[in-house]
Amino acid sequence: MRTLVRLAAVFLLLQIACARAGVSGEIVKVNINDLAFSPAEITIKPGDTVEWVNADFIDHTATARGGSWDVVITAGKSAQRQFNKPGTSTYYCRFHPSMTGVIHVRK
Amino acid sequence: MKRLQSAVAAAAVALAAFSSPGFAADKPSDPQIAHIAYTAGSIDITTAKLALKKSHNKAVRAFANDMVRDHQAVNDKALALVKKLHVTPEDNATSQSLTSQADAKRADLAKLSGKAFDKAYVDNEVAFHKTVDGALETTLIPSASNGELKSLLQTGLKIFEGHLQHADHLASELQ
Repeated sequence: MRTLVRLAAVFLLLQIACARAGVSGEIVKVNINDLAFSPAEITIKPGDTVEWVNADFIDHTATARGGSWDVVITAGKSAQRQFNKPGTSTYYCRFHPSMTGVIHVRK
Repeated sequence: MKRLQSAVAAAAVALAAFSSPGFAADKPSDPQIAHIAYTAGSIDITTAKLALKKSHNKAVRAFANDMVRDHQAVNDKALALVKKLHVTPEDNATSQSLTSQADAKRADLAKLSGKAFDKAYVDNEVAFHKTVDGALETTLIPSASNGELKSLLQTGLKIFEGHLQHADHLASELQ
């Protein structure tokens, strides 16, 4: 019984620590290569984080249509954004508007 | 209609550079191709800097910033490549013609202001990218002997095709 209580306490502490660190959910990668998001369309869960990995030698952005969010992904680097609310975001690269992508956030 | 006329005129000027006798007569060498590509990039950067000085239009300024950022990145990559390959870019008739025509075009643009400048700048960008993309596709890429140079030119073409689409879209918004 004591062991069970201890385990429950450890589990609770871990949950609090994770929530504070904002590390809930998974990281889903979207590659950028030759001016294209790949995969261009993804489905994630609320709390997941999208990580864009820019393999090009030019800078890109992932920018929501309507401008509610904007992530700059420097050449050769990665950048992330967490999505908490269910819904669909279509996005594009501000620097190269022909680059487009879609993120579905579903429970 | 005026936009079409100025785009056609700019395209004709740029085409003349790419079909100058020094270029058309022989297949360009890799050092010449590197010089032409670098020159075309530098021209677009200088013209974009003029736009950043003169334009107050948010979309035009954003486009000009994109041109400076991307063409600088491509030119930096090209410089690093020629250094690695121990190739010295070679000045040639096409590069010289491109430069002198761009200087003349920039002088014309400098005389304009406000909406007239924005429109003329974007129309020129459409025409310039159309011509450069065409030259890359039909002459520069097929003529490149070195695989890495060819690959960089192919990536450049993809980037510049995006610029053309962006400029086309912007031109239609400025109507």
